[in-house]
Amino acid sequence: MSVLVFIDHADGHIKKASLEALSYGAALAAKTDGTAEGIILGTVNEELAALGKYGVKKVYQVKNESLNHLDAQVFTKVIAEAVSSTGSKIIVFSNNLSGKAIAPRLSARLKAGLVAGAVALPDTSNGFVVKKNVFSGKAFANISVSTDIKIIAINPNSYPVSAGDGTAEIADLAINVDPFKVKTVSVSKSSGEVPLTEAEIVVSGGRGLKGPENWGMVEELAKLLHAATACSRPVADSHWRPHNEHVGQTGIAIAPNLYIAIGISGAIQHLAGVNRSKVIVVINKDPEAPFFKAADYGIVGDAFEVVPKMIEAVKKLKGVA
Amino acid sequence: MKILVCISKTPDTTAKIAFTDNNKKFAADGVQWIINPYDEWYALVRAIELKEKDPSTVLHLVTVAGADADPIIRKALALGGDEAIRVNTDSHDSFFIASQIASVAKQGGYDIVFTGKETIDYNGSSVGGMVAELLDLPYISLATKFELNGTAATVTREIEGGEETDEASLPLVVSCQKGMAEQRIPNMKGIMGARTKPLKVVEPAATEALTTIVSFETPPAKAGVKLVPADNPAELIRLLHEETKLI
Ligand SMILES: Cc1cc2nc3c(=O)[nH]c(=O)nc-3n(C[C@H](O)[C@H](O)[C@H](O)COP(=O)(O)OP(=O)(O)OC[C@H]3O[C@@H](n4cnc5c(N)ncnc54)[C@H](O)[C@@H]3O)c2cc1C
Repeated sequence: MSVLVFIDHADGHIKKASLEALSYGAALAAKTDGTAEGIILGTVNEELAALGKYGVKKVYQVKNESLNHLDAQVFTKVIAEAVSSTGSKIIVFSNNLSGKAIAPRLSARLKAGLVAGAVALPDTSNGFVVKKNVFSGKAFANISVSTDIKIIAINPNSYPVSAGDGTAEIADLAINVDPFKVKTVSVSKSSGEVPLTEAEIVVSGGRGLKGPENWGMVEELAKLLHAATACSRPVADSHWRPHNEHVGQTGIAIAPNLYIAIGISGAIQHLAGVNRSKVIVVINKDPEAPFFKAADYGIVGDAFEVVPKMIEAVKKLKGVA
Repeated sequence: MKILVCISKTPDTTAKIAFTDNNKKFAADGVQWIINPYDEWYALVRAIELKEKDPSTVLHLVTVAGADADPIIRKALALGGDEAIRVNTDSHDSFFIASQIASVAKQGGYDIVFTGKETIDYNGSSVGGMVAELLDLPYISLATKFELNGTAATVTREIEGGEETDEASLPLVVSCQKGMAEQRIPNMKGIMGARTKPLKVVEPAATEALTTIVSFETPPAKAGVKLVPADNPAELIRLLHEETKLI
């Protein structure tokens, strides 16, 4: 089937989550004897032809700089037109923040069944069934999509980026862009740090760290590992750390390759936001802390003694003085 | 000003997640139900705050569910809101639910439709966007702040690695997450008052679902934790480097 992958970008760069979506789309096209194509709205400072190495044969571009900001309503109309002119049958998004804004709208517009939060390629042995996360990572559901056009939003960090050779043909799409009804007035980014939702490694601290003054070692370890920092809910609620670091059922759900939890008990609501991490490391002085049941590696010990030694060991490993 | 807040019923955050009927149905026996936290803490409370600021605001709640959701709707009304509308049907997929909400919203002529960021059971994060499309309205997703100035809204939303502030005119659909408001506990007066607030039951509009759940699975159990002695954190770093190859 012909697959169209939405390519998301910010600050002139294509997001890693979209490289995953492209790799997913290419594998899906191969599996269903079709071809994969990409679509990008707006402009980037990267060579689009190079996206061919993720398996897309062609990249459509709607070169209109107003599309460097997101208005889900406008984006949806543009993508819907592209879908009809390209005849695509499966539209792939990353289930990142842009994907969550656009994919549901597109689904309603095209009456195309949407699987939001997919974690694997569809099973096409009997229809079209996609596995997705449900119950905040505590289970999966297999969702059958029977509409003619299908939309899949693949969870970030669920499908590996696979790069080979190849260049993509670039085609300009002339599509009328409506005036934006949502105007971006300002953007603020925590500069220099790794965004939490895109981080491959996350170092997280809980109430066991006693107070905001003790976060120096968390930040140092994170920096050495090119990791993002996160925290438990009471830590954010007590304003020890900013709200956008709160992970869990009622905060942000993340799925890094490595999650290091320091002084966090591992309450079920906390686990709901981090249980999709590939490897979990827990540092807690209480051997009965529930987090150890969800962990792959752990140290039962005092964070204030253990973490500085971890930092030393990482420095040695990385050859940092 | 007319505001509609979408309310969903979800299992309590500590509920055991298990399935029956050959893994085709959620095992609901003995499960405690709550208002989906994102709907309650962020969408509903922010709407209540707006009504407190401008008491002429009309605040309606809507849910798409069977009669078993009535206690949840009453609980939401105990926090605030003038009346609730329950579209009387078992819910199917997000599109089905969104179509019901859009039909209620069309009839009510609301200026703002608030939803939670997602439900904690199906994690679709889809209903808000679908409602917006069905109503052909602007949609701001994953909002962390919402301010009104007449009919102009200033909304802050999460973007990767930061925040973006947007402006849009009403009517508007917004999905809400942490930052929008602080959790409230209903007081006695609210609970008593909620008993007599109107809860209208309407029949569903004809719509088809676009997707169906075939089955559920639970993730394979973890192999068990590998413990490293507290006096040797260097060994942990070695394992992470050599065994997992992640650092
Ligand atoms: C509806 C609902 C939603 C919720 N949503 C979330 C959510 O999204 N995210 C979230 O995180 N929580 C959430 N919670 C709260 C959750 O239930 C827990 O209360 C919270 O996660 C506990 O945070 P904590 O582990 O940092 O603190 P605590 O439970 O106080 O645990 C601190 C841990 O630190 C350890 N410790 C203490 N001193 C040291 C030391 N020197 N060295 C090493 N370890 C030490 C202790 O042994 C303990 O295990 C929610 C709760 C509810 C009811």
